[in-house]
Amino acid sequence: MIEHRTWHWAAMLLLLMTLCVIAVGTGAIAIAPREVLRAIGGGGDAAVVSIVRNLRMPRILLAALVGAGLGMSGGALQGTLRNGLAEPYLLGVSGGAAVGAVIAFALHAVSEGAIGIAAFAGAASAVVLALLVARAAGAGGRGDPRTLLMAGVVIGAFANAVIMIALANAPANTVRGALWWMMGSVADTSWRSVGTLSLYVLIGGGALVYWAREIDVLALGDEPAAALGVNVEASTRRIYLLSALLAGATVAAAGLIGFVGLIVPHIVRAAGIRQHRPLIAGAAVIGATLVVAADLVARTVRPPGELPLGAVTAVLGVPFFLAQLRRAR
Amino acid sequence: MIKFSDVVVRYGAALVPALDGVSFEAAEGRITAVTGPNGSGKSTLIRALIRRQSLERGSIQIDGDSLDSLTPQESARRVAVTPQREEPAFPMTVKEYVALGRFPRLGLWQSPGQTDERAGLDAMKKAGVAEFADRRTDTLSGGEWQRARIARALAQEARALVLDEPTTFLDLAHEMSLFELLHSLAESGMAVLLVSHQLNLVARFADSIVLLHHGRVVGSGTPADVMQAPLLERVYEWPLVVSRDPAIGAPSLVPLRRLSPRL
Repeated sequence: MIEHRTWHWAAMLLLLMTLCVIAVGTGAIAIAPREVLRAIGGGGDAAVVSIVRNLRMPRILLAALVGAGLGMSGGALQGTLRNGLAEPYLLGVSGGAAVGAVIAFALHAVSEGAIGIAAFAGAASAVVLALLVARAAGAGGRGDPRTLLMAGVVIGAFANAVIMIALANAPANTVRGALWWMMGSVADTSWRSVGTLSLYVLIGGGALVYWAREIDVLALGDEPAAALGVNVEASTRRIYLLSALLAGATVAAAGLIGFVGLIVPHIVRAAGIRQHRPLIAGAAVIGATLVVAADLVARTVRPPGELPLGAVTAVLGVPFFLAQLRRAR
Repeated sequence: MIKFSDVVVRYGAALVPALDGVSFEAAEGRITAVTGPNGSGKSTLIRALIRRQSLERGSIQIDGDSLDSLTPQESARRVAVTPQREEPAFPMTVKEYVALGRFPRLGLWQSPGQTDERAGLDAMKKAGVAEFADRRTDTLSGGEWQRARIARALAQEARALVLDEPTTFLDLAHEMSLFELLHSLAESGMAVLLVSHQLNLVARFADSIVLLHHGRVVGSGTPADVMQAPLLERVYEWPLVVSRDPAIGAPSLVPLRRLSPRL
């Protein structure tokens, strides 16, 4: 039994690593896997080393981190809010981040860092706002998951309205920049972004894995969870904030990449993993694999142009999701 | 032992409290049943016990310690509660579900060990769910699910067991075997507190009955004390007779038909 599980993990990690090597080797200049590995170690042709180390590796690693962050965030939220349709973007995180980024564009911010910070601030404000709305709407200030979900959706809708108003009379350049960002991309990534996001994913994801057993119990419902000794409100709030932090960090790094947080936990569950500790860890690996694969598709389908990454993940995600819905029925 | 002392609970700014000065205790080695019409405050009592509803006045004590002085996990180690409502968001196997009963006994990092596995297995055997341990919770019948929930509560290995309407969805045989299980648990020294509508079964198995009406205790004592036709007629606002069951000797209630002259 344990050996069986170990094999699963080993196979999943091997698939991710192989995909990463292939992704690093694929592009305008094709590089053989062996050359890729050599270049990672610093050996071989200097130009190849530069392409691999400075251009493609940060991009692939960022894609993997974004996928891991969104997958973990989605897995934790679905369990805590007891809803298979919950995902980080449904909770106003995306809307808030987009408002932040659009404001940054409107103010002619051009640096990657400034837009990222604005997006993160927007995401954080939206999450706090959703929590406050849920608290005001909930009976006696209790964090009812349905109220929380609804508050997130409302904040998201409000944010979308703000974006449309902001972009209605904006110059073409701003609209284009904002739109591209809203469709998600890991192009032109720096090692700095990779470093920042990996910090968030390690700390935020690690904390979610640590509290995963509480999520197992929360998924039973408020009353059973309370009967089993969980402080339902505090625990829900903690996991909500951690998940939002993770999602906000990925949005700040790569824009909006939809469907990953929604479908990845379902893929892991379909593999028979139901406890949240392995589920969240598995969602990190599968999420990373999915986004690296989607990015590979996004930049190879129509070279030299690129498809928006968020659109590719959605195109890959929608059929899967519909199949899931059918199976659930 | 669970002791409720002068418990007052109010929902929001409601004029009438849901529980109004309720006092009684569920002692070790006994089955204590709380009964009463719909809306009499039975489930509110359970919600107060699991801290989903705060007390306006009064106190709840577990083994002599006030609920406020215990951490939620500590109280879950002492009292296992199966609330009325429960619907897992995602299906899992019965075995995985029962294992969640070990949550209060494990740290967040601690992996379930042999003791936990044994406790889970024992609980499944006692509740009669061991034979479908590997089935998924979404494939269980209402009765099987109810028994799985009791198994999860037993896996907590608490000294007190609290059940809110545990016989809902159970057929006659499962209903009887559940009450027999509760009886044997009480005999082994557990405090069993039961919220139930099943007056006849409660009268047969419970050592003491607490009758609630509009959030107040209107009757308490042995089944013979509480199963009095005038009292029950007043509380349930329905004509009824209470007789002694000739086969088992327990008080037995029969509601009458209001419109028919022939009972």
